[in-house]
Amino acid sequence: MEYFALIISAIFVKNILLAQYLGNCPFLGVSRKMDTAIGMGMAVIFVMTLATIITWSLQRYFLEPLNLVYLQTIIFILVIAALVQFVEMFIKKSSHDLYQALGIYLPLITTNCAILGVAIICAREGHTFPQMLVFAVASAVGYSLALILFAGLRERFEISRIPKALSGTAIGLVTAGLMSLAFFSFFGMVA
Amino acid sequence: MSVVKEFTKGLWKDIPPFRLVLGLCPALAVTKAADNGIGMGIATTFVLVSSNVLISMLKNVIPSRVRLACYIVVIATFVVVVELLAQAYFYPLYSALGIFVPLIVVNCIILGRAEAFASKQRNSVFDSAADGFGIGLGFTISLGFLGAIRELLGNGTIFGFHVMGTSYEPFKFMVEAPGAFVCLGLMLGIMNVLGRGSTTS
Repeated sequence: MEYFALIISAIFVKNILLAQYLGNCPFLGVSRKMDTAIGMGMAVIFVMTLATIITWSLQRYFLEPLNLVYLQTIIFILVIAALVQFVEMFIKKSSHDLYQALGIYLPLITTNCAILGVAIICAREGHTFPQMLVFAVASAVGYSLALILFAGLRERFEISRIPKALSGTAIGLVTAGLMSLAFFSFFGMVA
Repeated sequence: MSVVKEFTKGLWKDIPPFRLVLGLCPALAVTKAADNGIGMGIATTFVLVSSNVLISMLKNVIPSRVRLACYIVVIATFVVVVELLAQAYFYPLYSALGIFVPLIVVNCIILGRAEAFASKQRNSVFDSAADGFGIGLGFTISLGFLGAIRELLGNGTIFGFHVMGTSYEPFKFMVEAPGAFVCLGLMLGIMNVLGRGSTTS
């Protein structure tokens, strides 16, 4: 039951994208097409889970015993950067189409603050291993859910009449605001 | 002359996050109140200027194949400096900004300026410092402005002072997450209109 609450909370109530403002740059960047949004979502789920497991272990068994917690930021970002490089190589070999579609956005996962954000939240909250794993996966699923829903909305922009001043990122942010309002209604579902 | 030009472009022509649409996460997250926004802006400016100067000095030493990793290490170092300074001397601000202090390291503006400006051969160290300072100041102004709007509408205060009178019913929407997105989106729209006017005239 505790894990169920954690999952619902991470996906809907405290959605990292729409309620905690993490990872907005790729959100607005890759959400123009459904395919790229799905690809990016999968990449985020994969990288976020791996990155959080590695950074959590480092925090628990390396930084905390040695009193090196002040190096947290540097160590975490280096681990994430190395991991993203690995994922990039893996996707390049395994799926050329996906590699083409994601293009420049894959290296940008490094500077996706959602990944580092979830790693730091886990370290600060002092989650146990299962809690951390559930939280990381649920957060990533929440991120992908928001990304894919948003891509669906955004494909409609192509055929709708948008005021010229608001075209592009501006209307994207306003739409994200309305989606965030919708997700806000989950507030209070989990105590 | 070029130093002045590099400095002033960050204040209007390339002002983040409106013109240079980068660094949206802190712009959304910490602008609940004007002082938080300005604090975040100053912290970002410090990291931006320091990393721009150091990367500009090291541009001939850093091998181009591993340059991004090197930039990230440089930026992360300065972020740790800011983190420790803020924790020691500005604790209320540090706790208000929460995880967004360490997350300065992934602010795309900083990596973007390192890659697009400081690492270029034609830009001197002083140009890079001016560029970092201009962009950072622009970011601080934007965040302060966004914070002031959201604080005014959502709380009826600016910098903690009540300005709307007792009869004002706070528009809570503005200080919550949806208000952040809508407010920034509309600001971008306004800046698009203003920018179009200045380019045609």
